[in-house]
Amino acid sequence: MRDPLIEVRGLVNRFGRQIVHDGLDMTVYRGEVFGIVGGSGAGKSVLLRSILGLQRPQAGEVHMQGRDLTKLSVAQLKEIKATYGVTFQQGALFSSLTVLQNVQLPMLEHLRLTPRALDELAMLKIRLVGLTDEAARKYPAQLSGGMIKRAALARALALDPALLMLDEPTAGLDPISAAAFDALLMDLREQLGLTVIMITHDLDTIFRTCNRVGVIIDRKMTSDTLANITNNPHPWIQAYFHGERAVRFGQAEGAHGT
Amino acid sequence: MYLRLQRDGDHLDVELTGEWRGANLPAIDAEIAAQSFAGARTFKVSIPESVTLDLAGAWRLREWLKAAEATGASVEFAGPPPGQLELIESTLAGKARPTPPSSSESTFEPVSALGRQVTRRVQGVKVALDFIGRACVAFARACTSWRRLRPASIARHLYETGITAIPIVSLIAFLITLIIAYIAAQQAREYGAEIFVVDIVTVGVLRELGVLLTAIIVAGRSGSAFAAEIGAMKLNEEVDALHAIGVEPHEVLIVPRVIGLTIAMPLLAVIADGIGLTGGALLCKWLLDMPLVLYLERVQDAISPTTFWVGIIKAPFFGLLIALSGTYRGLQVRDSSRELGRLTTVAVVQSIFLVIFANAMFAIAFWQLDI
Repeated sequence: MRDPLIEVRGLVNRFGRQIVHDGLDMTVYRGEVFGIVGGSGAGKSVLLRSILGLQRPQAGEVHMQGRDLTKLSVAQLKEIKATYGVTFQQGALFSSLTVLQNVQLPMLEHLRLTPRALDELAMLKIRLVGLTDEAARKYPAQLSGGMIKRAALARALALDPALLMLDEPTAGLDPISAAAFDALLMDLREQLGLTVIMITHDLDTIFRTCNRVGVIIDRKMTSDTLANITNNPHPWIQAYFHGERAVRFGQAEGAHGT
Repeated sequence: MYLRLQRDGDHLDVELTGEWRGANLPAIDAEIAAQSFAGARTFKVSIPESVTLDLAGAWRLREWLKAAEATGASVEFAGPPPGQLELIESTLAGKARPTPPSSSESTFEPVSALGRQVTRRVQGVKVALDFIGRACVAFARACTSWRRLRPASIARHLYETGITAIPIVSLIAFLITLIIAYIAAQQAREYGAEIFVVDIVTVGVLRELGVLLTAIIVAGRSGSAFAAEIGAMKLNEEVDALHAIGVEPHEVLIVPRVIGLTIAMPLLAVIADGIGLTGGALLCKWLLDMPLVLYLERVQDAISPTTFWVGIIKAPFFGLLIALSGTYRGLQVRDSSRELGRLTTVAVVQSIFLVIFANAMFAIAFWQLDI
C-alpha cells in the first residue's frame, strides 16, 4: 500500500501574473482511490494536466512509477502512457469516430491484436462501463452526456491501465448513474488492482470511493485519509465537507443505516 | 513462456506464467497455437500470484478455455477463478456472444443512389435559398439602427480580412505583373513592339487580374477563416447559445462579415492595381529601358476612362460571394471535426468557383455593353 505510484514535488504553475500552484506536493500510492478537491479555479485540472505532461510546470518534478516524467525520451513516455488511462471533463471523444472506434484507437496504437480480438476486447470494455452494443456504433454527437462519460471511461480502460485519471467523472450524471459509476469504479479497482486519481465535486462519490483526499488550498495541497481530512480544522475544508449539502448527505447516509 | 503444461494421460495441468497482458497477446496466441491439446479431457488451470493478468489476457484465457470446452473437455481452476475472469463473465452475462459490428454494408443500387443524390441536391438548393433569405432579412433589420449594424464587429472584420491581407495581396500583384511583363516582352520583342507591353500589363491588371487574384487570395484567407470560425462555434454549441439568448446568429455572425468583406475587397483591389502599375513601371524601366515619362504617357493612352472602374466594380460582388459561401458552409457544420474540415474546404473551393464564374458573367455583360 505504501508504494508511491505518483509523486509530485514542489510543483509551480504560473500563467502570467496568476500563480496557480506554488510548491504543491502530492503522493498517490498504488491501489488507492485518491480524490482531488478544491474550489473552482484552484488548479485541479492544471494539476492533472501537469501530471499528464500537457502543461509544463515552471518548477517541480512529477514522478510516475519512480521515473521523472520530464526527463524521459519519447519512446519511454509512450511506454508510460500505455499504463494509464485518462478521461477529460468534456469527454474529449473523437467526434469523427464511433464509440467503438474511439475505444479501439489506443489499442491499435499500442497493441498488436487480431481484428477479432480488437473487436471483442473493445466491446468488452464498452459493456463493462454499461453501454449497449447499439451505443458502440454511434458517434459522440448522438450520445447523451452520461453516455459520453461512460464512453470516455471505456476508452480510458482500453489498454487495461494500472492507473486511471478522471476529471469530474460523475459531473452531469443523475444520482443513480453516478452511484452505478462509483460501484463500477470500486469493482474495477477490486478486480484489476487499479489506482485511481479523481477530480470531483461530488461528495457522494468522495465518500463512497476515495481512500484519501487531497485538497488544494492556497496553491498547495493538503492530503490525508478521508476520515482525517473531514476533521481538518481549515475553514474551507470544514465548509466543504460540513456545509449544508454535506450535512444533508450525512443525514441521508444515517437514515440508510450506514 | 506463458504456459507450463503437465500431461497425465487425458488430464492436463496448466499453469500460467509470465505476463498475460494485452501487449503480449500475439506471443500468447502463438504459444497456444504451437501446443497440442488433443486428447486432453480435463484441464486444471492454476494461476500463481506472480502472474499478471489483465482484462485482455483474461479474455484470451477465456477464449482458449471455451475452445477447449467446445471439444468436450472439462475445465476447472485450482482455487477460485480469477476476479478478472469473473468480471468478464458478469459483463457478458445474459447477453449474446459479442458479435463484432458489421462493417458498412455496401451494395450497388444505382437507381436509388441517383434518386438520393437528386433529392439531396434539391434539398441543398432549398437550404441555400433559406440561408440567403435569412441573411437578407438579418441585413435589412440590421440596417434599421446603427447599433444593430455592429460597427465594432464590422471594423474587426475589415481589419482581419482587409488590412492584414495587404502584404500578401501586394506581393502577389507584383509577381503577377512581373510574369505578364516578362512573357509579353518576350513575344513583343520579336516584332519590335515592346511599347505594347505597357498596354497588356495595364489593361490586364486593371480590368481582370488585379481584382481576380485579390479575390482568390481573399477566398483562401477569409472564406476559410469564416467557415472554420463559425463551424467551430457550431460544434461548441455557441450558435445555439446565441439563439437561446434571443440573438439572431445571422445578424451577429453573418451580416458584419459580409459587410466587412464587401468593403475590404474593393480597397484591396485598388491596392493590387496600384502595386501592379508600379511594378509594371519598374519592370519596363529595367527590362525594356523605357523612361518613366514614356511609360506614364503610354498608360494614359492605353486605358480608357472605364478600364479602372470595370475592374473595381466587380470587387464588392466578389467579396459578397466569398463572405456568403464562407459563412454558409460554416453554419452547416455539425457533429464532428471532420465535417469542419470538409466544409471549410468546400467553402474555399466554392467561393473561388463563384468568383471565377461571376467574373465570366461580368466579362460577357461588359462585352455586350461594349465597355
